[in-house]
Formats: sequence, structure tokens, C-alpha cells
Amino acid sequence: MPEITYREAINQAIKEEMQRDESVFLMGEEVGQYHGAYKVTQGLMDSFGRDRVIDTPISESGFAGLGVGAAMMGLRPIVEFMTWSFSFVAFDQIINNAANMRYMSGGLINVPIVFRGPANGGVNVGATHSHTPENFYAHIPGLKVICPANAYDAKGLMKMAIRDNDPVCILENTILYNQTAEVPEEEYLIPFGEADIKRSGSDISLIAHGRSVITALEAADKLQAEHNINAEVVDLRCLRPLDEKTILESVKKTNRVVYVEENKPFCGTGAQIACLIQEKAFDHLDAEIKRVCTLDAPQIYSMPREKDQLPTADRVVETALTIL
Amino acid sequence: MSHNPAQASINTLLSQEEKIHLYREMVRIRRFEERSVRSYQQGHIGGFCHVYNGQEAVAAGTISVLGPDDHIITAYRDHAHALMVGMDMNSLMAELYGKETGCSKGKGGSMHFFDPSKNFWGGHGIVGGQTPLGAGLAFALKYQGKKGACLTYLGDGAVNQGPFYEALNLASLWNLPLIYIIENNQYSMGTSQERGCAGDTLAGRGSGFGIYNEVIEEGNDVYTIRERTSEALQRAYEEQRPSILEIKTYRYRGHSMSDPDKTYRSKEEIEEYKKTSDPIDRFQEQLVGESVLSVEQAEAINKEAKEEAERAVEFAEQSDFPTKEAIQQDIFWETDNPEQGSSQGTFFFN
Repeated sequence: MPEITYREAINQAIKEEMQRDESVFLMGEEVGQYHGAYKVTQGLMDSFGRDRVIDTPISESGFAGLGVGAAMMGLRPIVEFMTWSFSFVAFDQIINNAANMRYMSGGLINVPIVFRGPANGGVNVGATHSHTPENFYAHIPGLKVICPANAYDAKGLMKMAIRDNDPVCILENTILYNQTAEVPEEEYLIPFGEADIKRSGSDISLIAHGRSVITALEAADKLQAEHNINAEVVDLRCLRPLDEKTILESVKKTNRVVYVEENKPFCGTGAQIACLIQEKAFDHLDAEIKRVCTLDAPQIYSMPREKDQLPTADRVVETALTIL
Repeated sequence: MSHNPAQASINTLLSQEEKIHLYREMVRIRRFEERSVRSYQQGHIGGFCHVYNGQEAVAAGTISVLGPDDHIITAYRDHAHALMVGMDMNSLMAELYGKETGCSKGKGGSMHFFDPSKNFWGGHGIVGGQTPLGAGLAFALKYQGKKGACLTYLGDGAVNQGPFYEALNLASLWNLPLIYIIENNQYSMGTSQERGCAGDTLAGRGSGFGIYNEVIEEGNDVYTIRERTSEALQRAYEEQRPSILEIKTYRYRGHSMSDPDKTYRSKEEIEEYKKTSDPIDRFQEQLVGESVLSVEQAEAINKEAKEEAERAVEFAEQSDFPTKEAIQQDIFWETDNPEQGSSQGTFFFN
């Protein structure tokens, strides 16, 4: 199988789906002529022309809302946010319009739109550009929320999202864009709501989403090498719908949990997962559930300190050791 | 000789029956709203309810010139638009009552009426939030190669919301067949235009984007509105260019039913408008003058509309509230159509 980058995987997914379905179009800042701020959409304007790969002004509320309107009429827009941090100026369009539309119309309308772009810290761009709002969006009934951790998942989930009949938010990661993975040449789709065991283990469950899966995998290697502890790494891949079954099975196997995420802790994704576990697997827990999150402060700019603020493999190891 | 909108071809082409139909639609809107007000006061309708009394010529005039591929979307004062596109009065009243027979199954309420089968895309509660959606509907028409336009309604308060300007820029930049109808009833909730809007006309704000714009002072005249709307439609069809029509109108009731309407304008002001400028009275006089309609016929139409609204109330009263199960239906297309979906996992967390 060829190895491709996370960036190429998303590009292939969009390209294949645009070839498959003429109602799919791509819209966002610098997606066309500039080939994407992070080059994810490289070459797509050349392949599909300016009518289907549309450069927008810096106007998130306008083009996100325009995308929702077009999706109501049956088109399948892919709306790129240069980063999800910029989605905040389009919050009303995503939540009140994309997510609520079906409900408010009593099921008469559906909104097949994909909102996508990177959402991560770790690149020293300060508080305004480093948000990880997957928990905000997963909070909203009506939105599906996807956080792929590698190229294989990114492609299969992106293709699924474009075919989905509901609004889907895909939160990517600029640090992962250059990471490679084996991706089959033949077509595949990954259904939503299926977590993936990225590393099988028996002593503790490190549950994570997005790039924190990579952090959890590093921590698992350290736990194995330095402490002879066999950690299991569960990648949620998708926050809503959520694969409760895989989470609970892992907990029942290992009896110990650390949730790893780039969200800030308060009302973060890990809080929801911890609630789920205590509710449905309470008797299987041999220790309290721990979380390793981004430290609870606006994102710091200073390079070494931002590394400390984000979840690190060392912090995951230290935290795991407190409950082993 | 001054221009007479009644003599515009879009109006002279109307048959006698069509003119009476248009009059009847305006009366139906008025009677529906009056009946809604009563039910609201009796406690049968909850939340916010924004009625249209006084503005009837706007919805009637603009919507009556639309063709099969024209679409509309509006804000929360949406009852009239829903009636004008032909939605059933029963389903609208039932929606106000929060019943499962309502047009949105009792899930949307007064501000959220929809009927995509009649090219009506709501009914939106956030001031100005629908303005980019309208641009998206127009974009889709263009993308699909249809000869149609989208009429996107907003109030005079919504012109101060940011998304409107983003949408104007996109509409002009991308040559969208989009017509913004600013229903300027002069008060955004309790704030008069002079207290809330800088600059001259509201329509004029389109000038910076190179968008054709005009103010229609005779916002109580159906003929005028029909003429100007049809011109804007031609601009959309032939040139793929957007327009802004600011239509001066007036509402007789408070902003919503919870507005006591006592702090920002006088009773005399309201009474004066009703006496001199009521859009239904005006159209009735025109039709009587044209010998299209008799006063007796007009009375009969009013009586029928009252009875229709009364029947809608009976229908709403007799309908059931949504079931508790319905609370978690109509959220995701996929969970409503599980046999066609592919996702696993939990969608709802109770």
C-alpha cells in the first residue's frame, strides 16, 4: 500500500467525491488559486474549475451561511475554515442554521454540508488561532463531529462525510498534515461512530481523539518500555455519534482510564467520556478516571511553554502511573 | 403624467379573478393574525409571536409575482409569507399551538414555518441570520442552471447585523440572482430607524457593493410592489444581478406579542396609519374603483377568512401535542432514516 500524507489523504477524498458527484463543491479562503492555506486543496481548482472550487473573501459568516443555504437546496458544499478558530465568527450559521434546520422544519429539510479545517495548538500562533472547539460542536444535537488522527482515517471519514446527509464538522490538525500512513489505492469509507483500537493492551485504557491519539501512542510505548505496563489506546475518531461500546469494552478489560485530549479540561470531551464510563462501567473501575488536557489557560505563545501547556506523552505517563 | 403602477403590464395582465384572489390573500393574512393574537392572549400560543398586521401588501405584492423556480426565505415575522406561498392555515395555526399537526410538527413555532415543496425556506429566528442562507439558495439556483431568484426578506433592524454585509458582498461578487426585501416597518423592536440606523436609506447600504437598490415609499400599494419586484426579478434572471428593495411599511401591533407597545410610539401614530394608509383598505378601494370588487363581495371575503381562521383554531385545538418520543426525532436525517444510514454509535445522550 502506498504511504501518503494526511494532507494528501484529504485532498484525494475531496477529489474522488467531486468526481463522483457534481453537486459537491468546495468553498473557502484561498482554497483555489492559492491551493489552500495549508495546501490541502492543492490542484483542485485546476481539476474542477472555478465554479466548483470557489475562493471566498475573508467572510466566514457569509460563506458558511451561503453553504448552508445551498445545502438546503440539495447541493453538497465542503466549506473550509482556514482554521476552526475562525469558525467562531460563523458560529450562528453553524449552530442555528446548519444544526437546527432539520428540527425547526419538523424534518422537512436536511443540510448535507461538510465544515472542515484544522483545529490545533502547538504551532505558536497564540490564543486566537489555537482553539480546539470539537467539544463546542459535539455539544450540539444535529451536528456530527469527526477528529481523524491519521491519513487512513482522514480519507475514509472525509469521503463518508461528503456523502452524509447531515451537517458534519471535521477537525483536522496542521501538525498531522505531513504525517504519513499506508492508504489503500482502492476506495474505502469509514462509517461514523466506530472507534478504533490503535494499540491493544491490558493494563490501562488511554482514550483519545485527534492528535492526542498520537500522544497517547507515544505514552503507551514509554509505559511499555520504562514501566512494563501494557496500555491500550482507543481512538474515538468520531465524537458524535460516539462509539460507547468500544470505550466500555476497553474499560472492562483494563479497569483504568486516562482520557487524553487537546481540549481544555472544563466541559471538555473527556468530561463527557468520564461521565459515560462512571455511569455504565462503574463497577469495572479500579481507580478514578484521569484526564490529560491542555492546561486551563488561553493558549500561550511562548514556544517551550506551549509545549508544556499541551498534553505530552510524559504527562500522560505520569498521570497513568498515579492510578496503576 | 405621473407613473401609475396599476397600469404596469405585470398588473394589467391580472385577470379579475386574480385580483380578487390577491385581495383575499391579504385579508386571510389579516384575519389569521387577528385570530392568532386572540389565541395568544388566551394562553394557547407560547413564546414569541410576531404578527404582520399592517404589512400585508409587502408579502402579497412580492410573492404574487414569483415564478416556479423562485424561492423565498424570511425572518421570524413569517406567517404572511407562509400563507402567501399557499401553506394551509390549519397547519400554521397548529404550529402556533405547538401541535404535531403543525407545519413543523410543533417543533419550530411561530418563527419557524417552512415548506420547501412550496419553495419556502423559513422562518428564521435570529435577526439577519437568514441573509447568508438566502444567498446560498440563490447560489444553488445558479449552480443548477435554473432561471430563478431568491427573495430574502429582512427587517429594518437586521440591516445592522454583520452577516448581511458579508452576504451582500458575496451576492455582488458572484452575481447571484438574489433580491433582498427590507421590510422597513420603521421600528426594530422598540428602536426607531433614526435611533438605530446611521446614514440615509437602508437600501442605500447596497451602493458600496455595487448592488442596485431602491426605496419603495408606497409600501402599502400592492400594485407598486408587484411592479418593482418583477423588475428586480428580471434583473436577477437576465443579468444575474442582486437587488435590494427597501419597502416602507408599518406594523400595527408591538414587535411581538410580549411588547406592550407603549414606550416608543404613540397610539395616535398607529391610528393615523391605519386610517390613512392601510394596505388592505387601499387595495379594496382600488378594486372597487376598477369595478373588480363590490363592497359586499369584500365583506363576504372578510367573513370567509374569519371563518377559515376560526376553523384553523378548532383544528389546532383538536390536534395532539407531539409525543415525548418526538423530542428526539427530526434532528439527524440519518437517525430518521436508519435503514439508509451507515453510522454506528450513540447520537443522543440523555
